[in-house]
Amino acid sequence: MSGPKTLFDKIWDSHVVDVQEDGTCLLYIDRHLVHEVTSPQAFAGLRAAGRKVHRPETVLAVPDHNVPTTDRSRGIPDPTSRIQVETLRRNCAEFGITLFDMDDVRQGIVHVIGPEQGFTLPGTIVVCGDSHTSTHGAFGALAFGIGTSEVEHVLATQTLLQKRPKTMRILVVGELGFGVSAKDVILGIIGRIGTAGGTGHVIEYAGPVIEALSMEGRMTVCNMSIEAGARAGLVAPDGKTFAWLRGRPMAPKGALWEQAVAYWRTLPSDPGARYDREVVIDASELEPMVTWGTSPQDVVPITGRVPDPARERDEKRRAAMERALAYMGLEPGMPMEEIRIDKVFIGSCTNARLEDLRAAAEVVRKSGLEVAPNVQALVVPGSGLVKHQAEEEGLDRIFVEAGFEWREPGCSMCLAMNADRLQPGERCASTSNRNFEGRQGKGGRTHLMSPAMAAAAALTGRLTDVRKLVA
Amino acid sequence: MQPFRKLTGIAAPLPLVNVDTDQIIPAKWLKTIERTGLGRGLFESLRYREDGSENPDFVLNREPYRRAVILITGENFGCGSSREHAPWALLDFGIRCIIAPSFADIFFNNCFKNGILPIVLPQETVDLLMHEAESAPEPVFTVDLEEQLVQRPSGNEPIRFEVDPFKRQCLLEGLDDIGLTLQKLAKIEAFERSQRLQQPWLWPSAA
Repeated sequence: MSGPKTLFDKIWDSHVVDVQEDGTCLLYIDRHLVHEVTSPQAFAGLRAAGRKVHRPETVLAVPDHNVPTTDRSRGIPDPTSRIQVETLRRNCAEFGITLFDMDDVRQGIVHVIGPEQGFTLPGTIVVCGDSHTSTHGAFGALAFGIGTSEVEHVLATQTLLQKRPKTMRILVVGELGFGVSAKDVILGIIGRIGTAGGTGHVIEYAGPVIEALSMEGRMTVCNMSIEAGARAGLVAPDGKTFAWLRGRPMAPKGALWEQAVAYWRTLPSDPGARYDREVVIDASELEPMVTWGTSPQDVVPITGRVPDPARERDEKRRAAMERALAYMGLEPGMPMEEIRIDKVFIGSCTNARLEDLRAAAEVVRKSGLEVAPNVQALVVPGSGLVKHQAEEEGLDRIFVEAGFEWREPGCSMCLAMNADRLQPGERCASTSNRNFEGRQGKGGRTHLMSPAMAAAAALTGRLTDVRKLVA
Repeated sequence: MQPFRKLTGIAAPLPLVNVDTDQIIPAKWLKTIERTGLGRGLFESLRYREDGSENPDFVLNREPYRRAVILITGENFGCGSSREHAPWALLDFGIRCIIAPSFADIFFNNCFKNGILPIVLPQETVDLLMHEAESAPEPVFTVDLEEQLVQRPSGNEPIRFEVDPFKRQCLLEGLDDIGLTLQKLAKIEAFERSQRLQQPWLWPSAA
C-alpha cells in the first residue's frame, strides 16, 4: 500500500506473514499474555496434538480472575478456582512459560502487569484470551482479545488468521473540565457511538485531549474500546510513552532502546492518512459520567436523570430500556444523584493503576469524610507493584482510615469470579467496565464511573457529583 | 471440529438486542478446565428462577424450542468478553447456527472455531424469520451452507446469506486451523529471521 498510512496500517503491514487469495492474512504475534480462565483448554489442545509452544519467551502468564483479594496465606478456598490456577501453574511449567504466581509481587491483572513490566511495546501485536487486551493499544501496540481456540493457535504457531479490520479515528478536542477524567471521556464516547459503534473497526484515539492524557489515562480509554464494539483501540506513541516505558524490566536496554525509539517515532499516522470513519468529540461538553442501565452505552452525566423509555421511538430499543430499568430497580426521571448504593468497587483493568488510586484517595483526603454507614467499599490495586507503590505514598492509610477495605491485587468484583461479589439486588458504584446483568454477581446492579466518582459515592452513600466534594 | 454442511431443525426466537456473553454464560461457569458440560449454564439467569427451577416463560424451556438447533436473535449478539465458553455453551446445548442482524467480532470468530455458523442478515429479514420461528406450528428450518440458503417452515422463497469464503470452507470441511497454519511454518520462520534483523529489541535472546 502506498500513500499516507495510519498507525494501524503500519503495524498491520509489518506483521503480515502470508496473504490468502480471499485477503485473509496470517499475522505474526509478538507478545502473548495468558491467564487462568481462557487458557486451560488451549494447553490441553496442544498436549492432545503433541504440539509445543513456538516461542515460549514471548508469552507471559498470570492468575488474576480467580485469585482471592483477602489473605492469601492459605491459598484459594474455592476448589474450582484453585484447580484453574493450579492448572495454569502446571501448564506454564510444562511448556516453559514465565508465570507471575500468586505470591509474586509482580502478580496482578494481566492488563496492568503487561505495560508495567515493559512487556507491551509500541509497534507490536499483543494478544490475550481476554477482550480487554485493547488496553495495551495505549502504547501504540495493536492489541486485541481472542478466544481460546486462537490462544492455542498463537501458542502453536505465533500467528493468527485475520481479516483486515476497518479503521475509525475518534478525535477528542477541547479541554477536560474540572473533575472530568479519562473514564468520563471513554464513557462519553460509548454513549455517543453505542456498544456496536466500533464493530469491525480498530479505533485510533487522537486529538489534544488524548495527547494530554497520562499513559494511565490512555490505558483507561483504550481498555473500553471493546465496550464500543472495537476489538482494538490505539494511541500514537510519543515522548510520554517512551518516558513511561524506559527502564521497565522487559523493555529494551542500551543501544537496542535507542534503536527501538527511533523506529517507534515513525509509527504515528502520516498526515493525510485516511480512516473508514471519523468521529469528533468535544471533551469540553463532558461532565463526570455514570451509567444507569445494563449496557455501557446507557450513559448520562451525573447531573442528569434516569431516561424515560416512553420517549424512545425505536421499539426494540424501548423494550431494552424498560428491561434495563426493571433490572436496575430505577424509575424514569429520577435524578442520578438520588440513587443510593450498597457497595463501591475501585479496581479492574480499567481503573486500578496508581493514578486511579491517587485520584480516589485525593477525594477522600480533601473531603475529610468517611465511608457512609451501610456501604462496603473495596479498593483493589491492579498489581502487587501498584499496591506497594500506593503504600509507599500512604494511600492505603487514607483509604483504611476512612473505612475502605484495602485488598490484594486481582480482577475481583469486576466479574465476580472470586469471592468478591454483589448479592441479588445490591447496587454498586464501580470503576470497572461492564454493567451487564449479573456481571458483578447474580442480581447485582452496577453503575460505571471514574475512580474519583466511585470514591465520592462511597463517602455519601449515593451517586454523587465529585465536583461538589472537592471544590 | 465437526463439519457443518446442512443443518435441519427447530429455530428458537430470542428477540433481545445486545445479548452479552455474561448472559450467554455467567462467569461462575468459566472456572471449568474443560470445553464440555457448559450447556446447563447457557442463558442461566434467563432460563432458571431464583430457586433453580426452570423459568417456563423462557423460550428454550418451551416445546418445541427445547430441541432448538438454530437461534434467531437481535443485533450485536455476543457482545462483551472473549470467553469461548459462550459458543461452547451454545454448542453443548445443541445450537449450531445463530441468525442475527449483527454480531460482536470476537464472538463471531469464536463460533467458526467451534463448528457454529453465525449468519448475518438484514434486520427486516431477521424479523421475518423470527416471526416464522414464533408462529409456525413446527418451526423447522434448514440451513444449507453449501448453497448458502436458509429454507423456511412456510416453504416461501429460501433466504440467501453471505459468508466469508475461507471460513465457509473451514466449516464445510471441519478443518483444523493450526494444522493448516503449520504447513506455512517456513514462511513464519522467514518472517522471524527478517524481524530479528529489523527489530532486534523484540528478540531479547539476540541481544
